[in-house]
Amino acid sequence: MATSTHKHRTLLKKVILSLIALIALSGIFVVLMNGHNLAVLAPAGLIASKEKTLIIITTLLGLFVVIPVFILLFSIAWKYREGNSKATYTPDVGSNRLLEGLWWGIPATIIVILGIITWQSTHELDPYKAISSTTKALNVQVVSLQWKWLFIYPDLGVASLNYLPIPEKTPIHFDITSDAPMNSFWIPNLGGQVYAMSGMSTQLQLMADGVGTYRGSSANISGEGFAGMTFNVESMTNTNFNNWVKTAKQSADTLGDVTYTALALPSKDMPPKNYGSVASGLYNNIIMKYMMPDDGSGISM
Amino acid sequence: MMDFLLGGLTPSAFVHDPLMAGAGYAMVGALVLAAVGLTYFKRWKWLWKWMTSLDPKKIGVMYIVVAVIMLLRGLADVLLIRTQQATSVGNSQGILSSDHFQQIFSAHGTIMIFFVAMGIIFGVLNLIVPQQIGARDVAFPFMNSVSFWLFAVGMLLINAPLVVGEFAATGWLAYPPLSELQYSPGVGVDYWIWSLQIAGIGSLMSGINFFVTIIKKRAPGMTLMKMPVFIWSVLCSMSLVMFAFPILTGTLGMLSLDRLMGMHFFTSGGGGNPMMYINLIWAWGHPEVYILVLPAFGIFSEIVPVFSGKKLFGYTSMVVALIAITILSFTVWLHHFFTMGAGADVNTFFGIMTMVIAIPTGVKVFNWIFTMYRGRIRFTTPMLWFMGFVTTFTIGGMTGVLMSVPAADFQFHNSLFLVAHFHNMIIGGVVFGAFAAFTYWFPKFTGFTLNERLGRYAFWLWLVGFLLAFIPLYILGFMGATRRLDHYDASLGWQGLFIVAGIGALLICAGVAMQLLQVTVSIIKRKENMVGTDPWNGRTLEWATATPPPEYNFATILVVSTRDAFWEMKKNKVVSEPTYESISIPKNSGLGVIIGLFALLVGFGLIWHIFWLALVGLVGVIIVLIIRLTSDDNDEVISAHEVRMIETAGGGA
Repeated sequence: MATSTHKHRTLLKKVILSLIALIALSGIFVVLMNGHNLAVLAPAGLIASKEKTLIIITTLLGLFVVIPVFILLFSIAWKYREGNSKATYTPDVGSNRLLEGLWWGIPATIIVILGIITWQSTHELDPYKAISSTTKALNVQVVSLQWKWLFIYPDLGVASLNYLPIPEKTPIHFDITSDAPMNSFWIPNLGGQVYAMSGMSTQLQLMADGVGTYRGSSANISGEGFAGMTFNVESMTNTNFNNWVKTAKQSADTLGDVTYTALALPSKDMPPKNYGSVASGLYNNIIMKYMMPDDGSGISM
Repeated sequence: MMDFLLGGLTPSAFVHDPLMAGAGYAMVGALVLAAVGLTYFKRWKWLWKWMTSLDPKKIGVMYIVVAVIMLLRGLADVLLIRTQQATSVGNSQGILSSDHFQQIFSAHGTIMIFFVAMGIIFGVLNLIVPQQIGARDVAFPFMNSVSFWLFAVGMLLINAPLVVGEFAATGWLAYPPLSELQYSPGVGVDYWIWSLQIAGIGSLMSGINFFVTIIKKRAPGMTLMKMPVFIWSVLCSMSLVMFAFPILTGTLGMLSLDRLMGMHFFTSGGGGNPMMYINLIWAWGHPEVYILVLPAFGIFSEIVPVFSGKKLFGYTSMVVALIAITILSFTVWLHHFFTMGAGADVNTFFGIMTMVIAIPTGVKVFNWIFTMYRGRIRFTTPMLWFMGFVTTFTIGGMTGVLMSVPAADFQFHNSLFLVAHFHNMIIGGVVFGAFAAFTYWFPKFTGFTLNERLGRYAFWLWLVGFLLAFIPLYILGFMGATRRLDHYDASLGWQGLFIVAGIGALLICAGVAMQLLQVTVSIIKRKENMVGTDPWNGRTLEWATATPPPEYNFATILVVSTRDAFWEMKKNKVVSEPTYESISIPKNSGLGVIIGLFALLVGFGLIWHIFWLALVGLVGVIIVLIIRLTSDDNDEVISAHEVRMIETAGGGA
């Protein structure tokens, strides 16, 4: 009996020690996170905030199963440990229709609920669906290159490299392609990502709530320089945005077929840059390039 | 002429990077040292007998040896990855170049999945499946040896870039167009292709072998619904192998045609379609996850009842759940790329199918827990691994469900959140399952148990290390950190978390060191841990054979009438008067090794464009196969008298 209490106490000590360790650990993580941007949980745009709500709801539904599992696991493990001779022992009980029905049923119910949420949210947050707003959407054509992002504003006749200025509270309609290995276009504070693929055009709709600077990144490995393929998204007031367009238009750099071909060559960590004019149809030409019959380039036997 | 003879192989192809070459030549050095040792101790013959054995138990041990060596290689890669990510911030560029870093994480993923996880699974299958179904052998013993040697050749090819050439820098699944000639002109992707192609064909043959073994070679009376759940899990997993691996073979084949012959299956231009590759590779890749994890489920379904001293709860539910997971695993592949821009309807379908898998998986967890309910639980290390498994796997399951909602996945895809999630599933599920299996079945083959105290230390190091290594990655995911970054801005504030993750990785390494120590100490002090044939009060037939089991496993084929057949035999005190019969077993055959060597020539020749060598290899494989298939003298007979001698000497079943 004495040994059993002794065992009990050492175990209790262990439990308390682990709890202290756990709290200390959480403390460390909180300190490490402090003051830094938890981008996905700090939405600055309509889509990102809806996605955050979705993440929270799904997590809560998940916890509805996970927490009981943990409680059952540890309480049953504790109660029916070998040392506890007082606990009931029924070695031959192998099934119970009611209980099994229960744990087919409960997860199934949760999945039905989650399924409905999924259907609804997937359609609502479809990256191709235009954001309803009184403000007219701004079109931006995105090209992922080796290893930089090119943003063309087709309606404004300007373009920028590794820098994406947008007007606040305005839906932004992105058309996305790639003239390089596949990439993924992601601005976590504003909303989820979509792939950039050569010979194809994908779409994404985002809208910033206010003024701010957000990190944009490339989420899919596209070769040597991809880690440096980041850009700043600057959401600004309409006046400031119009001013930026004016400044950009005065830029001596222009983007024609020749300058584009030079730009598309591999290069790393390019500084941001504006282009005063863009050859019309450039974006389409970049896509159509891959639709042409094979001329044998890039292939060697 | 030199081009014809040596293809792309030139002196400059040999690796000059000090870090890689150091690792590579260290491995070569270790091999040379092993060769010297073998010569000195005159053990070449002994080694050859192992290499040519068709006994699944010996093949199983060889799989596990290879997997453990590859685990060490994969861990070395991890340390480099974590060091780079903890130091390459702001103005500092860390210890590795971008290209080298990308090669390392690509190697890490490929090696851990194909040569560690798959190796462990096939090792356990070889050791346990025949015995647990009361069989003397697998269905196709020679094919089993070929499977292993193709696996070993794949392993050699994936490690060869440490010495000659370069490794793929395209991630573990080598998405085109990045993996096409245009963007990856070097031999790296070819190494990746042919290593996996050859090992993959081995896996496919193993899948067929174990499927047929289970269907055809069960002990009389062991109907499907009387099979142990581990056998059910293997049956399901091997069905997945048979359906999924041909997809891998075909996909890799098309990619290699693109690269070798200028075709356009997956190129950007010329009518190729990289999206097709991504669909195909995941049509294999998602079932692959279940190929690995279903046997782990099976292992826990054996361990929990034994250490709870109680019948498995909900056998039928368990079987139905396994079959459900098997079928569903083929209907979810698109969730790996919701971000490709498929319409909302398509994404919704694959999202919901993914969630549905959580139902049978959840049922399994509840059934395991209720197996413990009203049991008498002995918390030996296999049970600790089980507790760790449920804890981590449940968290991983939840983050998985989170990512199965397409609109939420847009924010997690390719971030470190995803990386944390799948390590949660693979380490918490497959790896913990393998460690539980190792501790549980070790005495079956050696006659002594592993040191419990060191085992417990190893478990805690792994568990704490795992949490420290991967909780920071979940947080980093929320911060928008994407995977595979060799450098990032200091202002992002990620460095602290990367350092903690690195410490976690170090703790995991300490856990592995502890396990190596555990095995060593247990072998040295084996006299203290000697046990009989049934150390855990087992329930299934593998505990009915002698320890270590004779080559033919069972002198007398047992007749089964219930589930938990061995448990029932013990309860009813069935003592069958042994009547010894002569037993036919397959002779050793070196042809498996030779097929492996020829396959190595095929792979190496195609990688370096030394086409005559590849042709020699291919013809060699065909000739050896013809030799084997036309030979009638493949078996030897152990006479009834000899069987009696072995059985009475060993005090076996």
